Amino acid sequence: MYGLAIHPTSRMSKTSRFPAHRVAGLAGTSFKHEHLPAILGDDPKDGFFEVHAENYMGAGGPPHDALTKIRRDYPVSLHGVCMSIGGPRPLDKAHLGRFKALVDRYEPALVSEHLAWSTHDTTYYNDLLPLPYTPATVSRVADHIDEVQGAIGRPILLENPSTYVLFPEATMSETDFIRELVRRTGCGLLLDINNVFVSATNHGYSALSYLADFPLDHVGEIHLAGHAEQEDDEGDLLLIDSHDGPVADAVWTLFDIVIGRCGPLPTLIEWDSDIPEWPVLKAEAVAAQAILDRHADSLFGKAHAAG
Amino acid sequence: MPQDELQSGDLGRRFDYAAAFTAGLLDPDRAPPGAVSGPNGKAAVKRYAVYRNNVTVSLIDALAASFPATMRITGPDFFRAMARFHVRETPPTSPLLFEYGRDFPDFIECYEYAQSMPWLADVARLERAWLDAYHAADAEPLASGALASIPPERLADTVFVPHPATRAICSRYPVVTIFATNRSDGPVGRIEAGGPEDALVTRPGLEVYVRHLPPGGAVFLDRLMTGEPLGAAAAAAFAERAEFDLSANIAGLLQAGAFTAAHQGG
Repeated sequence: MYGLAIHPTSRMSKTSRFPAHRVAGLAGTSFKHEHLPAILGDDPKDGFFEVHAENYMGAGGPPHDALTKIRRDYPVSLHGVCMSIGGPRPLDKAHLGRFKALVDRYEPALVSEHLAWSTHDTTYYNDLLPLPYTPATVSRVADHIDEVQGAIGRPILLENPSTYVLFPEATMSETDFIRELVRRTGCGLLLDINNVFVSATNHGYSALSYLADFPLDHVGEIHLAGHAEQEDDEGDLLLIDSHDGPVADAVWTLFDIVIGRCGPLPTLIEWDSDIPEWPVLKAEAVAAQAILDRHADSLFGKAHAAG
Repeated sequence: MPQDELQSGDLGRRFDYAAAFTAGLLDPDRAPPGAVSGPNGKAAVKRYAVYRNNVTVSLIDALAASFPATMRITGPDFFRAMARFHVRETPPTSPLLFEYGRDFPDFIECYEYAQSMPWLADVARLERAWLDAYHAADAEPLASGALASIPPERLADTVFVPHPATRAICSRYPVVTIFATNRSDGPVGRIEAGGPEDALVTRPGLEVYVRHLPPGGAVFLDRLMTGEPLGAAAAAAFAERAEFDLSANIAGLLQAGAFTAAHQGG
């Protein structure tokens, strides 16, 4: 296959299977199959779509047909949900192979995974489970990130989690832990602002302080989503990262602040349960795009004035 | 339960946070692991319960998504209670949720409260086969007229290559009729069919098809799928059902796109 690289006119080279749509400065949404007919009818075709990698790890059929159609018209973000990068056990080599195959096949504009784990021994728990932040776990997670990046031949964006419990044995803050992972592995970051708000509320710290301490220079994508409200054992507010409704006002405000600092980063609206009609989901992306565009204009204005 | 299953500074066990954390995820009677807490000394019972709930509910949701006709027959409350037992007893071993539920039909067959619906497990088997066909590799099916080029005297030696999506499901119940009625959006009327129905599941293109196999058809297809030549498969089908109609079965299977190739056996 390397021979193809020296024949740039070959249309069979792997870089030419799909158009190289740019994702910079765009807002997008999770891709849900029920929205496919509506999406295919959209004009203009703006924004981008993010898919959960595991849903496309079957051999064939409608999922691949749909993703191929989406990928022709839009930039795609491949979002891994269950690599268990944050787990203590070695990565599942078969799963990593499937992940690499998807990266090769769909040439995603963005590739991301979670600072969490979901498999232990032989059981897959289908949830993003937490880990203690210690020097020992940071080494382990860094090794896992290196392994993923080595396998797929490109850096990933690592997503900060929503958490509901703490490990008293932890000796590092989440932001220090993430900063250290970036330093060791060269990975980028997916900043989930809803997760920041959920975790800050659940653990009694300020979301703004967390963001002030977060290595924003390395963020390559933003996630926004809705959350649900419950109570903890003491009757205080406990937020759940439920992805089942519109983005909360407080999260929009934090997003505006982050984009003001970072410029217009690719921003995704996640909505994975109680999925609305396409126009409702798209309206959330349009709202995010307006904020991105406002800051892009002001950045351009500043650059213009400075020049 | 043992407290402090995870001690900081215990080098031999420092990576055991996952073992400690998962111990109670599928067991609602277990206390939260001693290694987690809320902030500032807050308790972690409800906090840990968020994870426990996420795990159990999302896996029940996964089964509900894979077995919609089964759920329509039982109603959602019955289904979710049944699925909860199964999730706790047999959680997934693969991160690919569309692979989950292979053991669910057998579970349903033995499930105490489903004994009044003896056909339910077969409906679930058919839904599992439908999902396998949906995700199977894409392949061009063998054309309906493909056998015309084979000399009649060689037909008995012909071996068929099954399409990756092809599945046969045998049932003592009218499983195809029950499945079709409960997978459609329309109202479910009284199902008059009472006899056994075997099902053929294929996906020649993007759409999964479920058909009723004629008498002897399931045995015939099973034999062909294991690589037996046409003559031997037909003999087995005749032995099973004297009214087995060879040409109708072959034509039906080809038309459904059950195979990708046919060649002369050894």
